[in-house]
Amino acid sequence: MTANTDMSQRLDQADDTPPIDPAEARKARRARIDRVARWLLPVLVMLGTVGLWQWYVDAYNVPHYILPGPDRVVDALVKDWSTLWPALLITLQITLGALIIATVGGVGLAVLFAQSKWVEMSFFPYAVILQVTPVIVIAPLIFIYVPSKIVGLLICAWIVAFFPILSNTTLGLNSADHNLRNLFQLYGASRWQTLRYLRLPAALPYFLGGLKIAGGLSLIGAIVAEFVAGTGGLGSGLAFKILEASYRLNIPRMFAAILLISATGIIIFASLSILSHLMLRHWHESAIKRDT
Amino acid sequence: MIADGSSLAGSESSPRTPIVSLQRVTKTFSNATVALKDMTLDIGQGEFVSLLGPSGCGKSTALRIIAGLSGASGGRLVWPNERPGSRDHEISFVFQEPTLMPWATVFANVHLPLKLKGESAGQARGRVMEALEMVGLEGFADSYPRELSGGMKMRVSIARALVTKPKLLLMDEPFAALDEITRFRLNNDLLRLWEEFGWTVIFVTHSVFESVYLSNRIVVMAARPGRVVADLAVNAPYPRDETFRTSHAYSDHCRQASDALQAAMGGDDGQH
Repeated sequence: MTANTDMSQRLDQADDTPPIDPAEARKARRARIDRVARWLLPVLVMLGTVGLWQWYVDAYNVPHYILPGPDRVVDALVKDWSTLWPALLITLQITLGALIIATVGGVGLAVLFAQSKWVEMSFFPYAVILQVTPVIVIAPLIFIYVPSKIVGLLICAWIVAFFPILSNTTLGLNSADHNLRNLFQLYGASRWQTLRYLRLPAALPYFLGGLKIAGGLSLIGAIVAEFVAGTGGLGSGLAFKILEASYRLNIPRMFAAILLISATGIIIFASLSILSHLMLRHWHESAIKRDT
Repeated sequence: MIADGSSLAGSESSPRTPIVSLQRVTKTFSNATVALKDMTLDIGQGEFVSLLGPSGCGKSTALRIIAGLSGASGGRLVWPNERPGSRDHEISFVFQEPTLMPWATVFANVHLPLKLKGESAGQARGRVMEALEMVGLEGFADSYPRELSGGMKMRVSIARALVTKPKLLLMDEPFAALDEITRFRLNNDLLRLWEEFGWTVIFVTHSVFESVYLSNRIVVMAARPGRVVADLAVNAPYPRDETFRTSHAYSDHCRQASDALQAAMGGDDGQH
């Protein structure tokens, strides 16, 4: 008894293959073109947009305090780097801090909910209420009650970011295959073993999906909270720089700060996507490339 | 059609104490469906018993009750060779689907039952590899389930069931989802392992042909309410192979089992 015929598919690919037919060749060529187009097209669109923007500003002599051209924005980015960079670091600290607390809190609560239906029934509605109430209306209260501005910012960003992690992880913990649950029961697995070896791994793809959403939301939460917190004191992030620049009609600096915020968001999303891919590449459908 | 119910089959098994015995076991679900009614059945040591019947006859329910995955509403389940109240029955269960953890390698999947009993991968390595060798997958220890074909996944599932060296192997239509060629080969592998290691097997199936080929005893069940209607001996000698599949004895047994099944279904050719 061998696994020969089961393996035949693998061997087919390894052995010398006969030449592929024109349809397959076309498909392969299209795949190659797709791979290049995937990054080339967005880059071209961006270059085109920036070019159009520059042309419009120049051709119609738009005053730079209304709409600065891309050249002035880049200029502001370079010239104001000494004020923008520290502000970016503050915003990043709040964002990442909130994301970490949201991850720990979201997963922790989800595990707690998974242990007891009663706890879930009691507290899940409050998580929903916290999620659906816009953070911008809670934030002023938080800044009244919490003396530290940094802690207030963290709380605001956390409120926005933790829900997708909580709700996705809860869903994931409850979606472990029921036959596998029976198997664990049959072998006398403890509650902890079932959580550690079955429910947490099963929840991983759901958690990572929630994490990707939470990454973007924690940045948004941090920025919104900074707007509410407004001026004053230490630790002024990018949002404060935008407010300040708008008071002074320094529109190029506003654009530069917005550019930095967008770039931060993109980097957060890309990093979390890579993390997700690395953790799932061996087994999950979402991370597996297929020929057909 | 009630064949010699009492004279237990088993080419070699003498009337020893049964490994497990169901005594008037009844199962009623909360929606008032009677899944099993007064099922009484002794499973002898070393027997290969098939539970054969149409859908809804309670054969899977009976298996789950024996496995302890489900409780009985009435009647008793007795393990004569064990201390009363013992929970550790040295049983393994093979589901209809391979039921592997997709995030774990073949090795980790087979290691699972031992890991849950506290054996580390290092301690268990020898036994896990041995189980993989039994099913011919020793070269795939580091593969992930998605890289395997349906038949190979089922082999991993069987290896996982065997790694604890169970006394009783419960199989719930394990090959139903496989193509016929793979199914025949796994049938042969299963029989070879059974002859070699001599565990007791309870095999749930809805295939007359599979049950006759594999087992030395076929328990035919009927639905609504789920109950045992016939207990047939298949006293063809082992080892069985393709010549048995084409023999007269085989087709006689198939006809006998088929008739019992027809009778069980009240003669209607309805759903299988």
